[in-house]
Amino acid sequence: MTAELPLQDASLVQWKPNRDRAKLIQMIVKVISGGFAAVSILTTIGIIGTLIIETAAFFSEVPIWNFLTDAKWTPLFSTQQFGIFVLISATVMIAFLSILVALPLGLLSAICLSEYASPKIRQILKPILEVLAGVPTVVYGFFALLTVTPVLQFIIEQLQIILPFIPDLKIFNALSAALVMGIMITPMVASLSEDAIYAVPQRLRDGAYALGATKRETVTAVVLPASLSGIVASIILAISRAVGETMIVSLAAGANPVLGFNPFNSVMTMTAFIANTVKGEAPHGTTAYFTLYAVGTTLFLMTLALNIFSFWFVRRFREKYD
Amino acid sequence: MDVNEPTGGLEQSPEFVQDLEGRYRLDAIFEFATWAATAIAIGVLAWLLISVLIDGLGTLDWQFITSFPSRKAERAGILPALQGTILLMVVVATFSFPLGVGAAIYLEEFATDNWFTRVVEILIGNLAGVPSIIYGLLGLTVFLRLFSDITQGPTILSGGLTLTLLILPVVIVATRESLRAVPDSTRLAGFALGANRWQVVWSHVLPAAMPGVMTGMILALSRAIGDTATLLVTGAAAFIPFSPDGFLSRYTALPIQIYNWASRPQAEFHNLAASGIIVLMAVLLIMNTTAVVLRNKFQQRS
Repeated sequence: MTAELPLQDASLVQWKPNRDRAKLIQMIVKVISGGFAAVSILTTIGIIGTLIIETAAFFSEVPIWNFLTDAKWTPLFSTQQFGIFVLISATVMIAFLSILVALPLGLLSAICLSEYASPKIRQILKPILEVLAGVPTVVYGFFALLTVTPVLQFIIEQLQIILPFIPDLKIFNALSAALVMGIMITPMVASLSEDAIYAVPQRLRDGAYALGATKRETVTAVVLPASLSGIVASIILAISRAVGETMIVSLAAGANPVLGFNPFNSVMTMTAFIANTVKGEAPHGTTAYFTLYAVGTTLFLMTLALNIFSFWFVRRFREKYD
Repeated sequence: MDVNEPTGGLEQSPEFVQDLEGRYRLDAIFEFATWAATAIAIGVLAWLLISVLIDGLGTLDWQFITSFPSRKAERAGILPALQGTILLMVVVATFSFPLGVGAAIYLEEFATDNWFTRVVEILIGNLAGVPSIIYGLLGLTVFLRLFSDITQGPTILSGGLTLTLLILPVVIVATRESLRAVPDSTRLAGFALGANRWQVVWSHVLPAAMPGVMTGMILALSRAIGDTATLLVTGAAAFIPFSPDGFLSRYTALPIQIYNWASRPQAEFHNLAASGIIVLMAVLLIMNTTAVVLRNKFQQRS
């Protein structure tokens, strides 16, 4: 008995390979999809090129020395001053205060999810935190301005009865914006830290238990140090997010460029300046228009430095368990 | 010698205090703190949702959804913003789907390890961390001024293209992950039958990865839908008392309308902002539920 050869099948005899055509199509697809991948190169060139060209135009009108040393930020007034550190001080203050909220909340809930919560509860809690991360920032801005600020004002009025030296809280203030910003970046810290903590191998914990450590001692002395690089990276990325966030600060923190670190005051961050000035439709070619890009460049460099630092930190300090 | 009493052990060194009771108390406090932190985060979310509902439900009715904005709060509605957002999403989806999926297919299936691939990968990682207001400045220069002949200035097209660039890294990363999740045996079986790489990708790998791709796409779109800063900079208008009549129309969008109402001093407009937020969150909820359903379906299959 001989096995029937597939080629004797009538339907297969008609089959003619057309490898040249297939190859040609693959070639075309490869070129087109490679071109699509190159869009990210174009985007980067676009961002950097735009910022450099318009910022250069700005510095041809305003000396860089004034940009770095002026004590006031009044680019839209007749007596123009361009002290970028006015905006940087507000940005840094709000980012710092928001991390004071997000670090304990995010890290502790990451520990809770990874070490204490049962798988079932974890399955419920993680999506809820994802919802928190998915709320649009304009909603957080609304919340800060119209819900949190009145509550804070009420609390501070009560505190002033006992501690009269506490200043009044303005309607637009950095404190409320920073607290809500902290809540906004908490899920980011929590989920990235949780990934790092969860990745610590169980045998490290078992080793600590075998030495007589309690659960908390294991977490703080073994698990956290082992996942430190991931935790620090998550915090730096969260700071970067806070620095670049626009809607919360432009709604709740106001538009009052003052140098200093008073969170009860109305302040103006870099992002809030861009949002406010653009809303007033700065016409192309004016100094106000170029100022947008000078501030944008400063913001871009700050977030870029933070992102690069975070990548570097992970690479440099990652613990490997293989 | 009594074996039960070790000599010279830790117990006898002066520094060692066993104090199990105190250590367990600290443990309980620590565990309570972790639960409290989680509870605070969720509690604030609940507080946010409840306060929006309280402020916004009163003015949320059919008339609100079908009316144009007005200087009188009781007659104002969100129709043009809703239409603007829908048209924006059409633009974003049309451009980001082929661009993002194409780039991911190239990086995951075709690319060899050369300088081009490495540069693209690094840049995608960095672009994901660029603040959205910077993308707005990019759109302001490129789409509003450089290509103003095509985009006609601050239109839905230029806003949508800027948002496309913003979410492209998200689409690429999500697509690559779902392509990677397709087992290699699928590809090898295709090659063994004489198909070339593109034929295998097109007929088997991509269909298998599709639920994951769609999930990532929806999540990326839901990021674009809530993004306000980019649209603010690329010229979404604050007051549009007409329906956009195409992709080259001036427009407003849901988050812009919410921002505009929230930044007014009168309390009636704040309630309108809250109603707008409810509409926006409802749209997001529908999108995210679809994504979760797709993800679950996907997980069952593989």
